[in-house]
Parts: sequence; C-alpha cells; structure tokens
Amino acid sequence: MSYTLNHLRTLESESIFIMREVAAQFQHPAILFSGGKDSILVTYLAKKAFYPAAIPFPLVHVDTGHNFKETIDFRDRLVKKLNAKLIIGSVQESIDTGRVAEEKGINASRIRLQTTTLLDTIEKNKFDACIGGARRDEEKARAKERFFSHRDEFGQWDPKNQRPEIWNLFNGRMHMGENFRIFPISNWTELDVWQYLAMEKIELPSLYFSHKRRVFNRDGVWLAESPFIPMKPSEEVKEEIVRFRTIGDITSTGATFSTASTLDDIIQEVATTRTTERGGRADDKRSETSMEDRKKVGYF
Amino acid sequence: MSEVQNSKSEVFDSKSYLNMELLRFTTAGSVDDGKSTLIGRLLYDSKSIFEDQMENIEATSTRRGETSVNLALLTDGLKAEREQGITIDVAYRYFSTPKRKFIIADTPGHIQYTRNMVTGASTANLAIILVDARQGIVEQTKRHSIIASLLGIPHIALCINKMDLVNYDESIYNKIVDEYRQFATRLKTKDIHFIPISALVGDNVVHRSEKMKWYEGVTLLYLLENIHISGDINHIDLRFPVQYVIRPYSDEFHDYRGYAGRIASGVIRPGDKVTVLPSGFTTTVKSVELDGKTFEQAFAPLSVTVLLEDDIDISRGDMLVREGNVPRQSQDIEAMVCWMGEKPLQLNGKYALKHTSKDARAVVKEIKYKLDINTLHRLTENVSIEMNDVGRIKLRTTAPLLVDSYTRNRDTGSFILIDEATNVTIAACMIID
Repeated sequence: MSYTLNHLRTLESESIFIMREVAAQFQHPAILFSGGKDSILVTYLAKKAFYPAAIPFPLVHVDTGHNFKETIDFRDRLVKKLNAKLIIGSVQESIDTGRVAEEKGINASRIRLQTTTLLDTIEKNKFDACIGGARRDEEKARAKERFFSHRDEFGQWDPKNQRPEIWNLFNGRMHMGENFRIFPISNWTELDVWQYLAMEKIELPSLYFSHKRRVFNRDGVWLAESPFIPMKPSEEVKEEIVRFRTIGDITSTGATFSTASTLDDIIQEVATTRTTERGGRADDKRSETSMEDRKKVGYF
Repeated sequence: MSEVQNSKSEVFDSKSYLNMELLRFTTAGSVDDGKSTLIGRLLYDSKSIFEDQMENIEATSTRRGETSVNLALLTDGLKAEREQGITIDVAYRYFSTPKRKFIIADTPGHIQYTRNMVTGASTANLAIILVDARQGIVEQTKRHSIIASLLGIPHIALCINKMDLVNYDESIYNKIVDEYRQFATRLKTKDIHFIPISALVGDNVVHRSEKMKWYEGVTLLYLLENIHISGDINHIDLRFPVQYVIRPYSDEFHDYRGYAGRIASGVIRPGDKVTVLPSGFTTTVKSVELDGKTFEQAFAPLSVTVLLEDDIDISRGDMLVREGNVPRQSQDIEAMVCWMGEKPLQLNGKYALKHTSKDARAVVKEIKYKLDINTLHRLTENVSIEMNDVGRIKLRTTAPLLVDSYTRNRDTGSFILIDEATNVTIAACMIID
C-alpha cells in the first residue's frame, strides 16, 4: 500500500488545516476577497474545509472602485453560488468622508488608499482574523510572513518581532483591539496555484484567458484602456491579444501578450515564463521596498 | 556577468506535476560559509530564476562593484537585513524540478537566532548543513547538527563547501568527513550524506563536478530529488486530533456531525473501530470524507472529515485512536525545551500550552538540566534557561494531554508554551517518554 501524496494534495491539506484552525480560534474571521485567482483559491479551499456546512466567514472586498467589470460580475456570481455573505469596504466612501485624499497626477492610484479602507472595515465589523491569498513566493517581504501574522491595534506588521511558528501549532492569542492576518496558501507558488485550479477544474474570471483588449504601454507595463487611467498625449492605444497574470485594481494591473486560452495553456506558459508574476504590477515598481513599507502599515 | 539564457525556457510536460512530491528542507551554516550562495545556486541551476529577478541582482552586483553576479543577492530579504548584511528571520524559498517541489526554510546562522533554526527545522524532512572546507567542523556545525537531531529531522546533508578554495583536495574532504562521523555517533539522526561542493562555481550542486572525479556520490540536487521521504511519516499509530466539529444545521444535512481534522499519524478507513479520548468510548468509522467525496483510506498528513456510527459527545481537543494503540494520558509531562522568550524560564512559572488541537495551562515543576548545545554536556548546577537555550524540564498540566514521545510522533510529541501576559510563543517542547 502506498501512502504518498502529491505536492498539490499536501498543500491543500495544509491550507484546509489552517482554515479550520481559524474557525476554531477566532470569533469574527473574514476572507479578504479581491477577485483574483489567489482569493478564489482561498474561497474554494474554505468551501472544501467546511462542506457540507457553509463557509463560516464572510467575504470582504476592499473595492477601489477602479475595477475590471469582469471581476465584479464574477465575484457576485461566486457569492451567490456559495451562498456566502459579502461585505464591501469602499475606497470611494473613504475619499468622500475625508478619511483619505485621492492621489493626483498621471500615475494616481488608489492602492495606497486601500489600507485605510481595509483597516476601517476591519474595525467596523470587529474582524479579529482576516484570511488572505498572499503567497511567500510573490515578493521578498512576503517570504518572511507567517501563516498567522499578528497585527497590533494599529494594524501594523513588525517583521523583526514575529511569533515563531513551530510544527503545526498556531498561536492565535491576542489582546483586545489587535487582530491577525491569516495566509493559508503561504507555501503555494504561482505554478502550484494554476496546477491546482486545473486539477480541480475551478472556474475563473475570463480576464485570465487570452482575449482582445485595447491597451497602452506605460513604463514597460501594458495597461488596459480605462476611464480610470488618464493618458499622456504620447501614449498610444493598440488592440492586442492579451491576458492578465494577476488581477487587481485596473490602474495597476499589467496585461501580458498571450494566446493562452485554457488552464493547460496557462500552466505551460507559467512553467516556461521568464518574468515574475508581480513584474507586471505597477504598484511594486514604485520603490525596491514598496511592498515591505506598505505591509508594515497594514497593507495586505 | 553570467548569461541570463539559463533562465526558465524548457518545454514543460503539463501533466507530470500530478506525480510530484513535496520535500521540505532547512539550510543552516555560520555567517560566511556561503549559505545564500548555495540557495542562489540551486535556484539558478535548476532554472527557477526569473529574468526580472536576474536583472535586478545583476544591477545590484554592478552597483556594488562586484565582478560577477552575486547569487547570494537572490535571497536578500528585508530592508533592515540588506542594511546589516545579515538574515534576521526565517525566509521561505520555493523551487521545483519535474520530480519534486521544494520548500526551503532559510534560517540565519548567528548564535542568537537558535529560535529561528528550531522554527525552520520543526517540519523539515532534511537539513543541509554547510561547512567551509578551509575551516572544517566548527562550533556552529555542531550546534546546527544537534538542533537538527533534537528536532527529529530524519536526514542530514553535510555539504563541504568552498572546495574550489582548497584545490578540490580529496584529503581535506576526507578529514572533515571522518571528524563529523565521529561527532555524529551522538546524534539521533542516522541518515547522513556527505557532498563536496562549491556553491560559488557550481560543483556538485546541480551539475557533477569535473574537478572532483574522486567523489563517487551524487550531487546535492540529485539527493534532494531522490531521497526516500515517505518513510518519514508514522503510518502505524492512528492519531486524529479533532480540530473542529462541522454541523451544517441545514434541512438536507440535519443530523450531520463531522469531525474535522488533519491526520497526525496512521491510517483511517470506514469500518475501523476507533476509541475516542479522553472519554474512552469506542465506536466505528462510518465515513472519511472531504468536500462530499469519500476516501477508502486516508493517511497522514491529509485533512479530512470523519463521521462516526454512534452519537458521542466529541469536541475540539479530543482524539480518535485505534483500540489497543493509544497515546499516554498524563498531566505530568517531561520534555526537552527550546526557550525563545526574552525573560528566562521560571521555575514554578505558569504558562499557556498548545498541544495538537488542545489548549491547557502548565506549571514548571522542575528544571532537570540545561544542555550545552555545542558539546551535549548537561549542566545541572544553578541552571537558568534563557533565550536560545535548550534544557530538560518537568511540567504539570491543568488537564491530561494525549501524548507520544517526540521520537515516535512529531505531532503528538510536541507542544508550545505561550506567555499569558504577552501572548507570545516562548518555547518549543519535545516530549520524552
């Protein structure tokens, strides 16, 4: 009798374990849902972990208002299918109520503003644990992140003073007002995610597959033409066959030229690709430590 | 500058990944023995480096005035670390070959971070321990080996690095191997492999060295890809700690009561007679399932949901085991402790405790000795156990724990202590039976 598991089943088992640990240790956990493949995977794993009961966490979407329409349609369909509860934290509302000020200029983005909306949403709903789809292979600051990441009452991450995580024992104890960020798919790589999505035949937004789109190039990143992105006179829109490797706010998500139209095509492409996934993210290009700096103040 | 053509480019068999296994390993070494270079070399030669990462470190190497690409920069982490040129915390790296996916727990080498080594070692299948061929076995080599052995890592790969700096001299290699073999008789880890390498040049890391024809063993990557690891898991003693109870309360699943958990060890099948601890009731497994799909058999480390024939009151912290193969039930626990707290361990101090899915409290009854982790000597006079110390202690817990010895079972044989005032994890403990 053989008792071996492949790497995807091993990762799945670990993530489900984390998800159940969250349900057992916290009072008001939530899933942070961006509409990207990683948060779709997290939601799918949560469904698996608790079936036939419903997912015991609401889905929270921090909405910059600058979305791909496909993302929102997909989100609403998924919420309905899983009979899940959706809570929306609106960056527009944070701007309207004066909590944050909109960035100005050609590269204006609401990425930085999301942090305030996220922290306000956590406080308002008294969430004590927010589950997210961040992976350690994405970015160097994330390589040091824990599964259970402790945040102080200001939502701050202190990379030099993290709790040791030993064996499979996760310490979710905290004081009033503090909370945790939980990363169940920490150990998955981009390729693992795609392989698993294919193995399990999980439905994804159409943006991930090749399609015709009007795009323009800014600083080496191909951005989608959109009313949310003011263009310079020198920038020229072209129609190309593209797909998105990651999906975030429309102002900072770069397209890649690709004809990959199925999950198998994408696995093939990711396995042989020559640049990292976040290479197309304008938000990471701001400085060498932009992710580390954003994480310290409470960004996901 | 090295050629970037070495980045990923091969055609990938899109279905072979379904047969890949996962291997976790930890890397340890002292500050300058080339650990970061070795990891960079493994990533680079196994074509796991992306163009933008490569361009990034090429630019940094040039800016720093280095003559070749510094592969060590690939593992550079936080800003504070780059400023100080050291690693502060455990960093996790990932790469895969067609055979296996690898998770590297890259742990800092300096003395004060023993706690990070313990963290990285706790779930590892294998430890890579680096030795500088010019220095030979040093105190840190011994300390890292002792921690690997203490944490029950089943396999050690001792890599004798910087062979290029000693003219690939076989006698230097042999001398180090002999010395380590003598020292290793005192370790619990018995499966030890020796490989002469140069991480900087790439000898015997991924590719066989042309310079060391005298070495007849395998390369490091070959070892990582082929070492037998399915025997590392205990498939004999069924231990199923109940993590969470699934009760849908829906019309369709009105009476459904599923016990969710991750199998710590052993195998569970429908029809098995199981005993519920601590109550001691015996019942039969009705079904083992996940997401509505049933298993004919499930084994560690799968996360599953178990349904039982009889309606018994079971909650988080309970354990399903096989009748006739039960863990020890006790409130008196003796353990090796790796202390991670800033304040030293207090005799008669009270701490929160986490063991499998069970929470309890514990009081320290006795400090038996402190272990000198460079020599394995036991210190018994005026012992104080402080941060990064290892010692043997006796505890009394508020509720009975269901324990096995750590050497038999890494899951049911381990627990952590938590400071009740700060909520910080302050100790990793391994049970002695």
